[in-house]
Amino acid sequence: MTDVPLPYRVIRVNRETADTVTLVLAPTGPATLAPFAPGQFAMVYAFGVGEIPVSVSRIDRHALRHTIRSVGAVSAALCALRPGSRVGLRGPFGTGWELGRAAGQDLLVVAGGIGLAPLRPLVLDALAARHRYGRLNLLVGARSPGDLLYAQQLRFWTAHRGLRHCAVTVDRSADGWWGHVGLVTTLLNHAEFAPDSTTAYLCGPEVMIRATARDLVHRGLSAQHIRVSLERNMRCATGHCGHCQLGGVLLCRDGPVIGWDRADPLLSVREL
Amino acid sequence: MTSTTTLAAALPAEHRARLMRQAREVSFPAGTRLFEEGRRADRFWIVRTGTVVLDVHVPGRRAPVVESLGHGELVGWSWHFTPYVWQLGAEATSPVRAWEFDAAEVRDLCAADAEFGRAVATWVGRVVAHRLHATRIRLLDLYAPYGSGS
Repeated sequence: MTDVPLPYRVIRVNRETADTVTLVLAPTGPATLAPFAPGQFAMVYAFGVGEIPVSVSRIDRHALRHTIRSVGAVSAALCALRPGSRVGLRGPFGTGWELGRAAGQDLLVVAGGIGLAPLRPLVLDALAARHRYGRLNLLVGARSPGDLLYAQQLRFWTAHRGLRHCAVTVDRSADGWWGHVGLVTTLLNHAEFAPDSTTAYLCGPEVMIRATARDLVHRGLSAQHIRVSLERNMRCATGHCGHCQLGGVLLCRDGPVIGWDRADPLLSVREL
Repeated sequence: MTSTTTLAAALPAEHRARLMRQAREVSFPAGTRLFEEGRRADRFWIVRTGTVVLDVHVPGRRAPVVESLGHGELVGWSWHFTPYVWQLGAEATSPVRAWEFDAAEVRDLCAADAEFGRAVATWVGRVVAHRLHATRIRLLDLYAPYGSGS
């Protein structure tokens, strides 16, 4: 981990949706960030504009991928970058999904919208070590078919034999869409997992996380085995500034991935 | 896996068996319209395999799909409430196997046995409540920037 941004070069830009891109980044020199674990994030600095936290969406040997949605000044500047542009990176920060703790268990991955990005490396790791885990279910929700991330990869995963169940749903249908329509929690009925031996990984809007986690608890999963990724306004990313504080949790340091047993009381109060 | 809205979870075994005695096994090829908005709601179904979508008639446009229903889910609840008229349309988007029920027969059973009628009403009510809750969450447009719906 470094407190000073290291220069990285954009080596490729993949447009995912109308407002979302994936930046493929490689270090410009010999200095490189320490290896990221799935679920961890980097502070990505758009020079002259600002810095935002972005989870790693794929971890290759020589490159990092960050999927970024244009929703503010910094993310818009990052989404406008072209190959050859430079950014500053700090990290890795935060807790990861800790997939290894779920060895022998069924895995249930539930992603909403841009929340699929931090979960993608977890799915890839699980598929790469398929023998270590039980049934792997991936449920993905999006606003509309045009808002689906990694559409090509999702098509591949849907037919992947390593995945027991891979399903996609959208809130709003569109012409040409023949898939599922409805809230992502409705997909839980079709997933196959043993509630007493399953670890769930949730990432997406907090309304979706709450609805899904509560449904899973109702189905018999223990709150400790539901891992959720939360997001707050992160600035220093080192647990000093307090901007990302949620109750007694500093999400940049103690999160962003925490157990539902800790998150539920924090997300249940009207205002902290 | 269980869901509070499936027949198995929502109806006690005795009432479930009684209801299932009214069931007919049916199948539909993909593209079959099960019912149309505004028509008399004289039947309902529980999906065994395949997918049924609910759609809303919009004049001049292809009917947009608002919900997909799959294994174990109830297709249609307007048969349970006066004036027994479908509020939406329904279409099989894949080959579908389902249990089909005659609405009038089930309503008669409910009227003749208050306990059975209450159990069926509770089941249908749970389905309606569950879909209302899901629809309200979708109304938030939770995938919009900041998830606020703004």
